[in-house]
Amino acid sequence: MSAATPLLEISNLSAKVGGKNVLQGLTLSVNAGEVHAIMGPNGSGKSTLAYVLAGRPGYEITGGSVKFQGRDLLTMESEERARAGMFLGFQYPVEIPGVNNVYLLKAAVNAKRKATGLPEVDAYEFLQLVRGKMKLMQMDESFLSRGVNEGFSGGEKKRNEILQMLVLEPTLAVLDETDSGLDIDALKVVARGVNSLRSAERGVLLITHYQRLLDHIVPDQVHVLARGRIARSGDKTLALELEKRGYDWVLEVA
Amino acid sequence: MSSVDAVLGKSYQHGFVTEIDSDTLPPGLDEDVVRFISRKKREPEFMTEWRLKAFRHWLTMREPHWAKLRVKPIDYQSISYFSAPKRDPNAPKSLEEVDPKLLATYEKLGVPLHERARLAGVAVDAVFDSVSVATTFKERLAEAGVIFCSFSDAVQNHPALIEKYLGSVVPQGDNFFAALNSAVFSDGSFVYVPPGVRCPMELSTYFRINAKNTGQFERTLIIAAPGSHVSYLEGCTAPMRDENQLHAAVVELIAEDDAEIKYSTVQNWYPGDENGVGGIYNFVTKRGECRGRNSRISWTQVETGSAITWKYPSCVLRGENSVGAFYSVAVANNYQQADTGTKMIHIGANTKSTIVSKGISAGHGQNSYRGLVKILPSAEGARNFTQCDSLLMGGDCGAHTFPYIETRNPTATVEHEASTSKISEDQLFYCLQRGIDEEDAVNMIVSGFCKTVLKELPMEFAVEAQNLLAVSLEGAVG
Repeated sequence: MSAATPLLEISNLSAKVGGKNVLQGLTLSVNAGEVHAIMGPNGSGKSTLAYVLAGRPGYEITGGSVKFQGRDLLTMESEERARAGMFLGFQYPVEIPGVNNVYLLKAAVNAKRKATGLPEVDAYEFLQLVRGKMKLMQMDESFLSRGVNEGFSGGEKKRNEILQMLVLEPTLAVLDETDSGLDIDALKVVARGVNSLRSAERGVLLITHYQRLLDHIVPDQVHVLARGRIARSGDKTLALELEKRGYDWVLEVA
Repeated sequence: MSSVDAVLGKSYQHGFVTEIDSDTLPPGLDEDVVRFISRKKREPEFMTEWRLKAFRHWLTMREPHWAKLRVKPIDYQSISYFSAPKRDPNAPKSLEEVDPKLLATYEKLGVPLHERARLAGVAVDAVFDSVSVATTFKERLAEAGVIFCSFSDAVQNHPALIEKYLGSVVPQGDNFFAALNSAVFSDGSFVYVPPGVRCPMELSTYFRINAKNTGQFERTLIIAAPGSHVSYLEGCTAPMRDENQLHAAVVELIAEDDAEIKYSTVQNWYPGDENGVGGIYNFVTKRGECRGRNSRISWTQVETGSAITWKYPSCVLRGENSVGAFYSVAVANNYQQADTGTKMIHIGANTKSTIVSKGISAGHGQNSYRGLVKILPSAEGARNFTQCDSLLMGGDCGAHTFPYIETRNPTATVEHEASTSKISEDQLFYCLQRGIDEEDAVNMIVSGFCKTVLKELPMEFAVEAQNLLAVSLEGAVG
């Protein structure tokens, strides 16, 4: 990916959910190799942005465009987007009782490989890979054979999201409040996981309420989302300023 | 019967004999038909009498209508009660002599009958319509002393066992369909495992309804002598037909002291089309008796087929410390209706039972769990655990639960858990976002839902059952 073509290019995007206009002319570009943090008050459209990017049903696009690696993202099905390298770390990961964690992971990896014409992953190698990533995420191996998020604590669910991300190696990771509900130790583990994925080819969109995550995952840019659009952008110091002054001053200026 | 009738009856019987060329009886049911079946099978006198007693009792009975099922009236006189596949006068004596077309049909069904059977370690007693056409591995089983044969052969070769055990768990007059079966059953399977023997392989029978307008009435009898162990799998399929076909089977299991019987069913009878036309009416009586101390019987069923399922595999826990289990997955898609569950009758002290029922409803399907846990005064310290979960797919289907609990001993413990859930948009989207397509995602979620039941199936059939679930729920979401 050359610097000339952004990984993700959102232009003037508007979207409705439940009859309400939530995104209203949002424009944002993420280049390969960059981490962008999206902050903003409750109800400003942060999660909606994440869901619209991932293609969740029920979100109506009313204007604008999104390009992902040069392709028109909005015409792609959710699963196509995932296979093309888009990963959403869910704010509230759902439980799927009885489906082994490792089974879902493998199905996801194989779906992606199939889309690119690769054969199914070797079972043994796959397990080795997953074990390595679990170590990094300080997860016990017993999680592999447990139902997807079944009976996991809030923190365990978030770690599991990052584990999936590490195994799937997405080109663009959209992490929706991955830090919420984490104690400081867990936060560090999650940050380590995200940082281990940073590379010149990948981008990360980090949706968060709190500056503290950004101490551990240092962003290239910080954006404030308000009333469905980017109200202000800056470098990492913007997050510190928000921490001190709150969002009100941004909204006033906007 | 007047003498004129007797003569007419006789010539009519003669008429049957000419009909034998086609090996299918004309529709209708009376004592002569019962006698014809018995004679055709060269049964001893006691069997003929046993059948007639059942038939006479049946005449006094009424079709049960307490289940939550809408059933079109069944005309019992329009059904043919005997049908055998045509074959050469020189009947096949071994697998090599069996009509290759017949074998091809089994192959399509995935029955591991030929060489594959040995590789898979499965012995198959295949029933084509009413007559057993091939039995494999009899010899290896015979070495272990296990008798595994068609019911007809058992009547010929082991009449004493039949006379002793037949009807001892499900008596002729037990219910309307059991009585009908007792009168007209044409074949089925028989298993006897001698004392202390662990059956060296999974036993398996595939049933298939083929001829038009024929009901199928099999009878299965499994006896596990003291200290023995056997695992039995029944798989069923039927081809597509526009008209409804009746299937009324009876299965009896007897476990003596310290014996164990695992009975697994994967039922895939034709369910009717997406508009509810055609399909099998499945009215089945299955009951096992834990007769001896420490005996165990478990029923595991995956029911994906039939237009109507009326089926309550049950355990009578008579022996002290005996254990009964029922694990069930029932699917009702399109216009299928299932009313299924179990009865656990605790008679002996310290008897235990477990019930796990997973109902999946989709399309316009209606799925009911009906279960009875009955603890008699003699069942000191009895325990039951029941878990009953329903999964709904789409807004036009229904799930219903009818648990009946009767406890007449204060030391008993009975637990019941129930849940109803939908395949949520959240679960689906989660899988899609991981790159998994919708159909695979639905299958994954459904398999997860059924896991506690599927893991009770023998390994090779668990995979088949999972595939079957996938096929029967194709297009149920989205």
